[in-house]
Amino acid sequence: MDLRFSAEELAFREELRGFIRDNLPDDIREKLQLGHKIEKPDLVRWQRILNKKGWAAFNWPKEWGGPGWTPIQRMMFLEEIQTFPAPEVNPFNVTMLGPVLIQFGSDEQKQRFLPRAANLDDWWCQGFSEPGAGSDLAALKTAARREGDHYIVNGQKIWTSTAHMADWCFCLVRTNPQAAKKQEGISFLLIDMKTPGITVRPIISIDGEHHLNEVFFDDVKVPVDMRVYEENKGWDVAKFLLGNERTGIARIGKSKERINFSKQKAKEMRAHGKPLSQDPEFRRRIAALETELKSLEITQLRVLSAQKANERRQDPLTAVLKLKGTELLQATTELAMDVAGPLAMPDWADELEALSNEPELGPVWATEATRGYLFLRAASIYGGTNEIMKNIVSKGVLGL
Amino acid sequence: MDFDLTDEQRLLRDSVDRLLADTYTFEKRKGYSAEPEGWSRALWSRYAELGILGLPFAEEHGGFGGGGIETMLVMEAFGRALAVEPYLTSVVLSGTALRLAGNAALQSELLPQIAQGKLTVAFAHGERQARYDLSDVLTTAKRKGGGWVIDGAKSVVTHGDSAGKLIVSARIGGERDDAAGIALFLVDAQANGVARRAYRLRDGMGAAEISLSGVEVGRDALLSEAGAAYPIIERVAEAGIAATAAEAVGAMETMQKMTLEYLKTRQQFGKPIGENQALQHRATEMFVALEQGRSLAMLAAMMVDEPDAAERQRNIAMVKAGVGQAARFVSQNAVQLHGGIGMTEEYAVGHYFRRCMVIEHSFGDTGYHLSRLAEQVA
Repeated sequence: MDLRFSAEELAFREELRGFIRDNLPDDIREKLQLGHKIEKPDLVRWQRILNKKGWAAFNWPKEWGGPGWTPIQRMMFLEEIQTFPAPEVNPFNVTMLGPVLIQFGSDEQKQRFLPRAANLDDWWCQGFSEPGAGSDLAALKTAARREGDHYIVNGQKIWTSTAHMADWCFCLVRTNPQAAKKQEGISFLLIDMKTPGITVRPIISIDGEHHLNEVFFDDVKVPVDMRVYEENKGWDVAKFLLGNERTGIARIGKSKERINFSKQKAKEMRAHGKPLSQDPEFRRRIAALETELKSLEITQLRVLSAQKANERRQDPLTAVLKLKGTELLQATTELAMDVAGPLAMPDWADELEALSNEPELGPVWATEATRGYLFLRAASIYGGTNEIMKNIVSKGVLGL
Repeated sequence: MDFDLTDEQRLLRDSVDRLLADTYTFEKRKGYSAEPEGWSRALWSRYAELGILGLPFAEEHGGFGGGGIETMLVMEAFGRALAVEPYLTSVVLSGTALRLAGNAALQSELLPQIAQGKLTVAFAHGERQARYDLSDVLTTAKRKGGGWVIDGAKSVVTHGDSAGKLIVSARIGGERDDAAGIALFLVDAQANGVARRAYRLRDGMGAAEISLSGVEVGRDALLSEAGAAYPIIERVAEAGIAATAAEAVGAMETMQKMTLEYLKTRQQFGKPIGENQALQHRATEMFVALEQGRSLAMLAAMMVDEPDAAERQRNIAMVKAGVGQAARFVSQNAVQLHGGIGMTEEYAVGHYFRRCMVIEHSFGDTGYHLSRLAEQVA
């Protein structure tokens, strides 16, 4: 047992760090440092830089344009990207769809979609949740009726992140309403968002932003060869995808970045006549968060080192990563907001976007820290709520 | 980076588990506890035969040269069994002090005796006024002839009641809290001027308040001089934190297991109480705390021999704070989820609970280490 990284692993981390430092465009770096939002064109630009290096599809095998990294290397990549900070690669394309196609897709699907997904030529979104199927995902009703070489899709998806900017959607649909178990009548379809009959309606979230959407399907024709894996076996694909999603779910790098950010900003803020960074209560809060993060870091390494031997085993510890990881992500974004003090209150988003010639109303970082706090309340909801995760652990791991 | 045990480490874990499985039922444990010293000399000899009493010592001293991982494996097993013997105090704490002090004569005299189970040594450092501050030592040692005279009092010395020898910290210079003025001495527990008042800790372990009045020791009793002693005392406390972190993980494991068993079998309202979601979620939170604690115990095992002092101390402080929180959460909820039976002396959960409570208050509690860490936030 040795928790230290090998010389090769440390050298690898240096290589990652060096590449990000030397290749992240200055304007994107500046936006991140100031706490500005990163919009789609910048995300595409950065992912293509990474893809040229062969790193964008960081969790894919070499055969399909990934770097073929070990679980530890993947973890290091995510952590370096998150702590630098640099924009993260598109999760729908890279961590969700990519592994699914590699595992279950036809050769034609792989060749057509994987290179474009890695290069962010196509922007994917995920059509899973429905108004009546949230935590109980298998209750989904969006119907796909077979007509010749096509499915005719009718129904509604909700909470569809980035659907408004997406080119394609991977979707769970019901192909057999008569199946004995609801999980057995579901298929996994790839749907071109330009197909007639698709309507995207925005949902504005509590951070005032437009990430989420409702997506309506009205007699949408989808070619049968856009189905991944067998008909009515879509639930297997979904389970695989959700399992993959949890590998990076701890987002330790992001929490670290929020702590570093808070420490920096606390030097500029004051409390009781001294810099906030010297306030014992503030420092104790940091100490407690860093302690929990350290422990989660080791837990994550335990999961990754076990993966080496048996890649697809569902490790019960991934539940710890999800539960603790999201708790800490929320606690650290909360910290960053609290550092701002009364400046946490104003919503300067519109002013910031207007790019007026007037002097800035106030620090951008404060408004963005609050936006991050508000947005990440979703961290314990998306990908399955933490309460559902506790149900799963109590049954699957603890045998209750 | 890997988390795999070597074959030797696996063998060690299995043989300790096997011995404890035979010797440490809850009923037998009561028997050991009822012995005059609060632990079993017979069982202690079995540990010696197994080789674990010399585990961290060099081969020349009758040991195996084991490191933090080996100690972790043994302490986890002790935690699961709720062992009452003075392993922590004699092998881990005093063993660390003797190993690091580098007094070759005392090492070759004492370490083999400890390894063979013939001698237990208590680490008599804490004082009533000091709370958790390691440098707060008022006991003094003054030169007399070629040797020293020690005066003072040591408080809550775990297994100090039954130890054959004591490692005593005493001030040979400086004022209260001056770390540089502290030295370490070896004192025979039977020496003139040593008075021990024995009692039990809340977890049943033996302990003593020890007063030292005009205790004369020779020149060769100086384990470590002023200046060199304080860093050793810190390392002893760190070794104690790493070892008890593993022990707490073992105890948490057993409490978790007992609680799950109880949730599955106890029937109320015509069904097992474990079918209630509130209890299921609590049990899951206990699982999360246990695994987070286990990660920290592993970190401690790796860090306890780390040469970079700042790095080592920072990580060990995190371990103490984090494991303390985890153990408190798991043990409080283990009692809560058991209901009334968890409150009783006759049921094991309450004993594990109290062991964790004692561990939390050893070597600095959660709050103490969190404020230490807070001071260092950069």
